Amino acid sequence: MGKYILDTCPVMLDTEYMSILSVQNLKVTFEDRVALDGVSFELEPGETLAIIGPNGSGKTVLLRALLRMVPYTGRIQWAGDVNLGYVPQKIDADRHLPVTFRNLLSAKAEVNSWSGEEISRAVRSVSLSDKILTTPVGHLSGGQFQRGLVALALLGNPSVLLLDEPTASVDVRGEEQIYELLHRLSEERRLTTILVSHDMSFVYQYADQVLCLNRERVCWGVPREVLTTETLNRLYNSPMRPYEHQHAEDH
Amino acid sequence: MLYTFEIYPLLLALTTAGLAGVVGSFALMKRMSLAGDVMSHVALPGLAIAVLFRVHPLWGGAAALLLGSLLIWQIERRTTVMSDSAIGVVFAAALALGALLLQTQEELIDALFGGFSTVTLSGLILGLLAIGLALIIMYRLRGHLLLGLFSPELAHSSGVRVDRVNLIYFLVFSLTILLGLQFLGAILVGALIIVPAAVGRQLTHTLGNFLIVSALAGMISVGLGFFLSAVYHLALGPTIVVVASVLFGLSLFKKKE
Repeated sequence: MGKYILDTCPVMLDTEYMSILSVQNLKVTFEDRVALDGVSFELEPGETLAIIGPNGSGKTVLLRALLRMVPYTGRIQWAGDVNLGYVPQKIDADRHLPVTFRNLLSAKAEVNSWSGEEISRAVRSVSLSDKILTTPVGHLSGGQFQRGLVALALLGNPSVLLLDEPTASVDVRGEEQIYELLHRLSEERRLTTILVSHDMSFVYQYADQVLCLNRERVCWGVPREVLTTETLNRLYNSPMRPYEHQHAEDH
Repeated sequence: MLYTFEIYPLLLALTTAGLAGVVGSFALMKRMSLAGDVMSHVALPGLAIAVLFRVHPLWGGAAALLLGSLLIWQIERRTTVMSDSAIGVVFAAALALGALLLQTQEELIDALFGGFSTVTLSGLILGLLAIGLALIIMYRLRGHLLLGLFSPELAHSSGVRVDRVNLIYFLVFSLTILLGLQFLGAILVGALIIVPAAVGRQLTHTLGNFLIVSALAGMISVGLGFFLSAVYHLALGPTIVVVASVLFGLSLFKKKE
């Protein structure tokens, strides 16, 4: 449960240098609207990939395709039986429900028949206090809530973490804490991290690769090499210099 | 002074109310509280057709509810929120069709407002078995349902088969409506889904307590409703719903921290 046995050639799994994820010519269409077209990239184990792009550029759709939740053409190939953890951008339910992170963690553990020890390990790794665990989710601060979501994603010891704008509802200080936490986790556990972000300082500081998306691939590579002024202008269709795109979509 | 009421209907109604509290709590969290009203109205033409063909009305109601749950499941799969107009059309059309098909005023009043005629021992046992099965299903699905309503992507990545879980939930939901129809009728049965869960939400902070308090609020409403309707010779269904609404009013006095 929660694991993806994927369509890889078994011989390739033995090679140390194989990508953990290979995406080839990915296309996602909703009725007549093309959400993603011709997107290709590869990711090595332990790497951090930042996905950037304007609203409606297909960032969340790409994550949903990687989770195999939307129909697509092209190829998405995960290595071996990777175990994915997911941090959503927002929750669908009303946040002011009588539900705590203890309830949510227990729910995920029950679905997968994991022990309470697994829950404790996930909770410890993001330093969630008992008080936070037993407080209704609606009463938590943005940062506490986000750390709870990360703990939920880490439950089950995933090899890949997918995060959809994990700092969208967090203040600047909480934002830094979340990014530091993610960086520490990825170092300690050699986690492969795929993260949709608007925060260019994070992209420069922590991302090994960046994918610029505007329905199709605008750029791909090491941030300091590919994030030129010209690329960013082309991506956002407006004049913008590197480092200046902080929460551009909020304004 | 001793008031007597038949024990079989009371037992069946109390256990149904407990189930409705649990099912209603998830309906509230899934933001589909009003689906109870839609479903109960969908049952109406089924009841009417069964009466026409001299079959037990519950069979007609069950068939209509099965269709209704498949309909709602499909709508939910295709859109995130059921549109107001879709609810409005289904609601009104089902009510009108049911009213046309039911030939006498008395049949219509019974179908709309409920009121137990009789519950046989075999009917009681069958009902209790169905309620027991539904509670076991809800207990086993609670984690799947919680993750699914919280975030379908998170649920999917956690190993939950969201579509399948939702379908099972809608079937249990329909069963609850069917059981409640007998004593509350098509107009009021939706209240058994909505009101006790609203009380539970108001009074609790954790999922376990939410489910327990909602179930208890449903059972207290039914128990008191039976008692008051016997003492004051009131119609059973409306009395139960008024009691539940008073409980909700009282729950508003508790300030949420």
